[in-house]
Amino acid sequence: MDEEPLVRWDWIARNWSTGRVGSISSLLVDHIVMSGLPIVLGLLAALPIGLACVRWRRLYQPTAGVMNVIYALPSLPVFMFLLPLTGLTKATVIIPLTFYAVAVLIPAVVDGMTAIPDHVRQSAVAMGFNPLRRLLQVDLVLAMPVVLAGLRVVAVSSISLVSVGALIGQGGLGNLFTDAFKRDFPTPAVVGIALIVALALVADGALVFLQRMLTPWARVRRSA
Amino acid sequence: MIRFDGVTKRYADGTVAVDHLDLEVPTGEITVLVGPSGCGKTTSLRMINRMIDPSEGRIMLDDVDVRTIDPPTLRRGIGYVIQQAGLFPHRTILDNIATVPYLLGWDRKRARSTALELLERVGLAPEMARRYPFQLSGGQQQRVGVARALAADPPVLLMDEPFSAVDPVVRASLQDELIRLQAELHKTIVFVTHDIDEAIKLGDRVAVLRVGGKLAQVADPATLLAAPADGFVREFLGRDRGIRRLSFVADTGLRLRSDLVVPVTSDLSRVAGVAADVESPWLAVVDEDNRPLGWVAPADLPRAGTLRDVRPLPYGTFVRGKDSLRTALDAALLSPSGCAIAVNGDGRVIGVATRESLDEALALAASEAPEPHDAPVREDADG
Ligand SMILES: Nc1ncnc2c1ncn2[C@@H]1O[C@H](COP(=O)(O)OP(=O)(O)OP(=O)(O)O)[C@@H](O)[C@H]1O
Ligand SMILES: [Mg+2]
Repeated sequence: MDEEPLVRWDWIARNWSTGRVGSISSLLVDHIVMSGLPIVLGLLAALPIGLACVRWRRLYQPTAGVMNVIYALPSLPVFMFLLPLTGLTKATVIIPLTFYAVAVLIPAVVDGMTAIPDHVRQSAVAMGFNPLRRLLQVDLVLAMPVVLAGLRVVAVSSISLVSVGALIGQGGLGNLFTDAFKRDFPTPAVVGIALIVALALVADGALVFLQRMLTPWARVRRSA
Repeated sequence: MIRFDGVTKRYADGTVAVDHLDLEVPTGEITVLVGPSGCGKTTSLRMINRMIDPSEGRIMLDDVDVRTIDPPTLRRGIGYVIQQAGLFPHRTILDNIATVPYLLGWDRKRARSTALELLERVGLAPEMARRYPFQLSGGQQQRVGVARALAADPPVLLMDEPFSAVDPVVRASLQDELIRLQAELHKTIVFVTHDIDEAIKLGDRVAVLRVGGKLAQVADPATLLAAPADGFVREFLGRDRGIRRLSFVADTGLRLRSDLVVPVTSDLSRVAGVAADVESPWLAVVDEDNRPLGWVAPADLPRAGTLRDVRPLPYGTFVRGKDSLRTALDAALLSPSGCAIAVNGDGRVIGVATRESLDEALALAASEAPEPHDAPVREDADG
């Protein structure tokens, strides 16, 4: 045991891409899919719900309450609860993560929209924007920095949370942890942690890049 | 022309913001709505472009009820400027100005070249075009706001306290700019302010509203100052309304004297004689081009040399036939002589308005401004 090194590079090389299920590269792809889908689906769901909450303010408090409760639920029992419905599939992991994403993104959409100065909104109306065009060309664009900040939180937490799915055999790179425990062999765990952290950094970096591309007006403000 | 026909606005909570307003806004003129906070100025303005719909009455725009026009279409034909400029933070200055042309479906190139023209027209450098709004000062943003409102060349402009968030110096230059633009463009402008001085400076007509949304008086500025309809209007016009009214009295009633003017080449030995002949302790000195240099008191001067050897004292001028009696009076107050130097459009001296002639002109102005008999002085009643 004390002869066992923390990382055995030959093991990594042998298991990187075997073409079989369970190779490191296929786990990486799984991980990207299982964390990426909730981000995208979460955004798609949070946008209309958030906009509805802005339009009808009375919806917001109850919606936020429900979302907070969902966010507070520990993921493991939720997986267990979903198991009879979705089985040992990726969906069992993707569904709760999507709900978490929605819970974070609804307030981001609402905050982003309500942070738009009233005079800007009023002048858009006065210029003769019709409602749809105003939403797409003014309101959503101006809400983008806050929504993107929410997305960064969601991306990193999704990437990290996917590994919990390892408990039902659907943890993406998280499967490497269970593997390491079962075999009392640290290399897979180290590889898993390293790749998850790297993935989170890449995703966050990509979102920061996106933010700079899409909101140059906000970037200049920061550096000014 | 815009016409308010018995317009009332009652908000959902029962507040009556505008009460049976009848008002005509003539084409090509600046009509100012002025009044204390909460008197319904913004509400009245926004009913014109249907950001608010009236509870009663109607608003006619060139004899068409605005309620029959689809709001976005109506608004694209009416420029709108507000206090904080309301620029879009995410669009460059150029694209901000081109907003309405884009909405109207102009092609990008035409929209942008129009926007660039307007940028210069409101006095901003073309380098500003690619900046974002937060990179501009408040005064510059306000200019962009005006350019944006003008971009699609709408016949009507609505301006809601557009200059009240900037410092007084910038405000004065923005006001001058608006007067200059209006002289070229002849838009139908409804301008809202709570500043009576701004109203009087800019308005061809000024409508004074009182809290509760009632029209107190509408008149041209000179009439308003000379004959306020009631105690409220008088109070609102402020204490120095008499002085301010002089801004609207032409200087043509001022008698000018040309015998008080001496060229700078005059020998000092003769200047005292001139002063004695014209019976004035002061003489105005002009250069070879007949431009003013200042005042001298011959009694205090040495006897040798020419006027070139002495330093004349400060002076004030007014442009004959263009400036008002107020400017002439101001010019007089800037001179130790108490007299104002009259110049022509080229800045050449054509004479001097003495204290006696100013006095006559003031007396004439006062006699032409009787308080109307049906509006007795009652400073204490509403005040
Ligand atoms: N949406 C609204 N609901 C209820 N009352 C309103 C609403 N908007 C304005 N009011 C009220 O109507 C009255 C007139 O408001 P308005 O904004 O037209 O005044 P204003 O003359 O523009 O004032 P200010 O100089 O402060 O801008 C005020 O008493 C105001 O409180
Ligand atoms: Mg107002």
